[in-house]
Amino acid sequence: MSPSSTTVGDARPSFQNGGRAQSFAKRLRAGDEIAYTLTFLCAFAVILVTGLLVFELYGHSALTRQKFGWSFLVTSTWDPVQGQFGALPFIYGTAATSTLAMIISIPLGVGAAIFLAELAPPGISSGLTFLIELLAAVPSVIIGLLGVFVMIPILRTIEPGLRAVLGWTHLFDGPFYGVSIFAAGVVLSIMILPFIISISREVILAVPNDQREGALALGATRWESTWDVVVPFARKGIAGSIFLALARSLGETMAVTMVVGNDPKIGHSLFAPGYSIAAVIANEFTEATGDLYQSALIELGLVLFGVTIVINAAARLLVLTTTKKGMS
Amino acid sequence: MTWNKARRKIVNAVMLSLTGVCTLVAAGTLVFILGYLFVNGAKSLNWDFFTKLPVPVGESGGGMANAIVGSAKVLLLATVIGVPIGFMGGVYLAEFGGTIFSAVVRYVTDLLNGVPSIVMGIFAYTIIVAQQKHFSTMAGGVALGVMMIPIAIRSSEEFLRAVPLSLREGAMALGASKSKAIWTVVVPAAKAGLITGIMLNLARVAGETAPLIFTSFGNSFWSPGWDKATAALPVMIYTYAIGPYDSWHQQAWAAGFVLLTLVLAVNIIARMILAKRGHVAR
Repeated sequence: MSPSSTTVGDARPSFQNGGRAQSFAKRLRAGDEIAYTLTFLCAFAVILVTGLLVFELYGHSALTRQKFGWSFLVTSTWDPVQGQFGALPFIYGTAATSTLAMIISIPLGVGAAIFLAELAPPGISSGLTFLIELLAAVPSVIIGLLGVFVMIPILRTIEPGLRAVLGWTHLFDGPFYGVSIFAAGVVLSIMILPFIISISREVILAVPNDQREGALALGATRWESTWDVVVPFARKGIAGSIFLALARSLGETMAVTMVVGNDPKIGHSLFAPGYSIAAVIANEFTEATGDLYQSALIELGLVLFGVTIVINAAARLLVLTTTKKGMS
Repeated sequence: MTWNKARRKIVNAVMLSLTGVCTLVAAGTLVFILGYLFVNGAKSLNWDFFTKLPVPVGESGGGMANAIVGSAKVLLLATVIGVPIGFMGGVYLAEFGGTIFSAVVRYVTDLLNGVPSIVMGIFAYTIIVAQQKHFSTMAGGVALGVMMIPIAIRSSEEFLRAVPLSLREGAMALGASKSKAIWTVVVPAAKAGLITGIMLNLARVAGETAPLIFTSFGNSFWSPGWDKATAALPVMIYTYAIGPYDSWHQQAWAAGFVLLTLVLAVNIIARMILAKRGHVAR
């Protein structure tokens, strides 16, 4: 967990040595050795399960790894009938939807976290935080349900406006059917917003009050103290929260599958339907006939696993270094 | 100079209000989701939903009784697998830990917690479905059970740690062995927290859809025993929502309403119990 947990451990030598002073037979009878071994095995099970997970993903994707090698990641033909598998359209779709989600939710999330940590009275802040954390508990399939029947119709009504304002970027070219990279990005942003807000709020709250008081005493306005002093102080933790949210959005499956359009194409328009790694696994796994097809899907799973593990590992380290408590 | 001061004041007011707007947008989204789902879901919900099987396409009525029971069975299995391992692992970290090994376990636990649920589905598929050559309630339970382990570990560790050291010392001063102190003093003292942690954990996996699609799969009928494919509420929502029929959409709303009500009720109750601690494992 954190530095603080090690100190708790260190503060208990008397408790631990109390057991060691007795003979082995006595400890065995008293159940200490059994309890230790049993709980140790359960803790070890986590490492075992993670190892097994890597082993299974790696082993079951051997076929495509051998046949396509690294070109699996950079070719864009996905043709199960011909036995041609290239993951690029899915990698593109995952990256595009997640990028869009981050662009929407980082400013919103950090802004809301600043409000909740710095400005709102404690009562209102904890009430709103409670509400926002409930948003994180809403199952992904329900967000998808609302995405299909509520959000897409809303997006259709704002579509002409978007074209008029941002049409020059060519990001909004082509017809808009509703299901699209754009819709998936918006849905993802709703799903990751609570993570950015609640973790960023926590790290901002952990900034020592001296920092704020110092800035205010030098004549800074409330906003200047927040933006120029408090936020930079908490920047590593905020970055950590953003990475955690990114890992989550890359692996998010159901909501994306329901609104992304499920079409393995690479285009420049956000209004075009796309596909994501998680979505193609969810859609095609049960109908994947043939070992090669299944191996391709499992290799996609391996890619997703690798990317999210790396991002998560970085994020946890960042959050750990700023909040003593860390994440649990 | 005064212009500069005025500018700073304006920036201050504008930016501070903007952060408020951000908060409103985030909180408003939740209120909107809840409102919409409750209005639509409640309209589509009737008693048949809880008691009848799904009807074939074209007929009206029917329910999701099999999916409700299926979800309950998968969750029961997940609890049986995930909670004991997670709880015991948590006991190790809180009571015997303090070594490099426990730091590694904590870190790996967090990483495992971040593994996308769809990947967990593949994992359960390769170790169970691919071996048995058929979908089963069992495979779904294993997928969700493995997902429960990391959160169970971290929340049990946290709640056990919150028990004051003096209680352990008191028990041992009375001659209890360390394990006896743990089982008879520390664990009972942390009981409320431990149970709340399990409830939150269950609420999280109850809505998981991706790991079930190719483990427990789906079933239009009852699925007796543990060895057959079974329907589950979240998978039904997915299937019915993307299906082309209006009657399916109505059923999906009803199922979404039931699922969300359960998940949020557990979350609200658990968070109220834990409110004083101010930190919830996720």
